[in-house]
Amino acid sequence: MTSLPSLPTPKKLGLVIDLDVCVGCHACVVNCKEWNTGGYGSALSDQDPYGADVSGAWLNRVHTFEVVPDGGEVVGEAGEARIVHFPKSCLHCEDAPCVTVCPTGASYKRAEDGIVLVDEEKCIGCGLCAWSCPYGAREMDLAAGVMKKCTLCIDRIYNETFEEADRQPACVRTCPANARHFGDLADPHSAVSIMVAERGGMDLMPEQGTRPVNKYLPPRKRKPLADSAQSLPSAENTDEAKGFFAWLDGMLDRI
Amino acid sequence: MHPAFSIIIFTTLSGLGYGLAAVLGLGLLDPAALATKLAHVLALLLVASGLLSSTLHLGNKQRAWRALSQWRSSWLSREGVMAIVAFVPLAWSAWLAVVESRYSPLPGLIGTALCLVTVYCTAMIYASLKAVQAWHTRLTPLCYLLFAGAGGFTLASFFAFAAQDRTVIIPLLAIFFILAAWSAKSRWRARMQAMVPLSTPESATGLGHIGRVRLLERPHVTENYLTHEMGFRIARKHAEKLWRLAVLAGGIVPAILLALLVLAGASGTFAALVAVVAVLFHYAGMFIERWLFFAEARHAVMNYYGG
Ligand code: SF4
Ligand code: SF4
Ligand code: SF4
Repeated sequence: MTSLPSLPTPKKLGLVIDLDVCVGCHACVVNCKEWNTGGYGSALSDQDPYGADVSGAWLNRVHTFEVVPDGGEVVGEAGEARIVHFPKSCLHCEDAPCVTVCPTGASYKRAEDGIVLVDEEKCIGCGLCAWSCPYGAREMDLAAGVMKKCTLCIDRIYNETFEEADRQPACVRTCPANARHFGDLADPHSAVSIMVAERGGMDLMPEQGTRPVNKYLPPRKRKPLADSAQSLPSAENTDEAKGFFAWLDGMLDRI
Repeated sequence: MHPAFSIIIFTTLSGLGYGLAAVLGLGLLDPAALATKLAHVLALLLVASGLLSSTLHLGNKQRAWRALSQWRSSWLSREGVMAIVAFVPLAWSAWLAVVESRYSPLPGLIGTALCLVTVYCTAMIYASLKAVQAWHTRLTPLCYLLFAGAGGFTLASFFAFAAQDRTVIIPLLAIFFILAAWSAKSRWRARMQAMVPLSTPESATGLGHIGRVRLLERPHVTENYLTHEMGFRIARKHAEKLWRLAVLAGGIVPAILLALLVLAGASGTFAALVAVVAVLFHYAGMFIERWLFFAEARHAVMNYYGG
C-alpha cells in the first residue's frame, strides 16, 4: 500500500549518525553492501565489478565535505576549514515522498515500526521513487530491475537466531569509531533519543517536509589551532634573548 | 535530470495524440471525411505508441499492470488508469467516425475531458516532486495542457484542410494555443531561472551553522545511478540556444504558417501541405522543449554531489 500509515507509528526505528566521530573509513559502506548482497531481496548487483568503470547499487555511502566559516582560511589543518565525513543511507522519513509516488504499492512504510521498504516482487523499476527522494537514498539494481534501499537491516534487528549484541544493523555493528547508533526515536528514554536531545541532533533538509526519522549529531565546536598556539614561545620573537644569544641576535641584525 | 529518450518521446507523442483526440471530441471536423477518419486512427496510434514507449525504461515490464493499483496516492498510477479509461470513449468516437461516418457529442465530449485529465496526470507526476524545484509548480500542468492543445489544433488544422474544409476556427485556435502555451512556458522558465534554491549543500548536510559547505570527495570515484539519473548538467549557453530554437520551431514558425493560411483563405491540398510543415516544426520544437524540461531541472540530491 503506498499510502503512508495514517497514525504516527508507535515505534520509529532509525539511526543516529555522529558527524563529530565519523572518520570516513567507509567500513559501514562495505559491511552494508556485504550484508545486503546476501540478505533481504535480490543481490546488490555491480556492473563491471572488477573493471575500471565499476558501478553498482549501494545502500549507504559516505561523502566528505569541507566546511569553511565566514572569512575562514582554507589551509589544511592550520586554517579554520573543517573536514566532515558524512555517511548517508535512507532516513526512513515519516512523510516519505518515495512511498506515495510509487504506482505499484511496492514501496511502503511499516505501520508498526516506521521502516520504509520495497517489496521487490511488486516493483516495476520505474525509478520514480528515486526521483522523489531528496536524499539520494534509493538506487536501482540494474541487474534485477528493482529499486534498492536501506532496509534498516530488518533481517538482523528482529533476528532471534542472533545473539542480542548482533541484533543491530550491519553498519552500526561494524563502525570502528562508534559513529552510528540504532534505536527507537519515538521513545524519549531510548539511548538514541537522549543522544539527540543532548547533542542537538538535526534533520537533513527539513525544508523538504519529509520529516526524517534518522538524526545527525553535529560536529562539536572546535578551537582553531592558532588559538592554542598563542601560549607557546614563538621562535620569531627575540626580545627575551639573553647573554650570548642577545649578542648574536644583535650581530645578525646588523649584517 | 537526465533527459531519457523514451520519456521525451512518450510525453511529446502522447501529448500530441491526446491533444488531437481532444479536438476531435469537440466535433469540429466533418466525420464523413476520409481525413477525419484517419485523424481518429492517428490519435489512437499516437496515444498508444506514447504509452508503449513509457514502459521501455521499466526494469520489470512484465509487471507493468501493477502500476494501476495505487491511484489513491500516486500520480503515475492515476495516469495509467486515466489512459485506459480515456481509451473507451476515444475508441467509441473513432468507431462512430470510421465506420458510421458520424459524430456523437456524448463519447466526444467525455473523451475530450478524459484526454485533458490524462495529460494533467502526466504533468502532475513531475509537478508533485518537491525534490525537483523547477517542476514543483502549478505552471507545469498548465504548460502541458496548453501544449497538448497547441499540438492538437495544429494537427487538426492539417486534417481539416485535407478534408477540403474551409475552416478558419481550427487554425485560429491552434495559433491561440501556441501563443498561450509559449507564454505560460516562458513564465515557467523565468520562474526557474529566478528561483532561490530551496535546498543547499548547507541545509542538506545540516552544517550551515559552521560555514559554507563544499563537497570534497564523492563517495565513490566512478559515476552511480544517482549521478546518471539526476546529475545531468547542461551548459547555460547551450540551453539558451536550444530554448530559442524551441520557441522558433515550436511556436513562431507554426503560428506564422497557420496565420498565412488563414489570411490567404487557403484550403485543400496546398493548405494541408503547409499545415504538415507547421506540425513537423511544432513537434521538433516540443521535442527540444521537453529535452530542456529535464536537462535544465536540478535535483536536490545534487547538493550531496557538488553539482
Ligand atoms: S530518505 Fe528517501 S528513500 Fe528514505 S524514506 Fe526518506 S524519501 Fe524515502
Ligand atoms: S521503482 Fe519500484 S518501488 Fe520505486 S516507484 Fe517504481 S515501482 Fe515503486
Ligand atoms: S541499516 Fe543495514 S541496510 Fe541500512 S545502511 Fe545500515 S547496513 Fe545498510
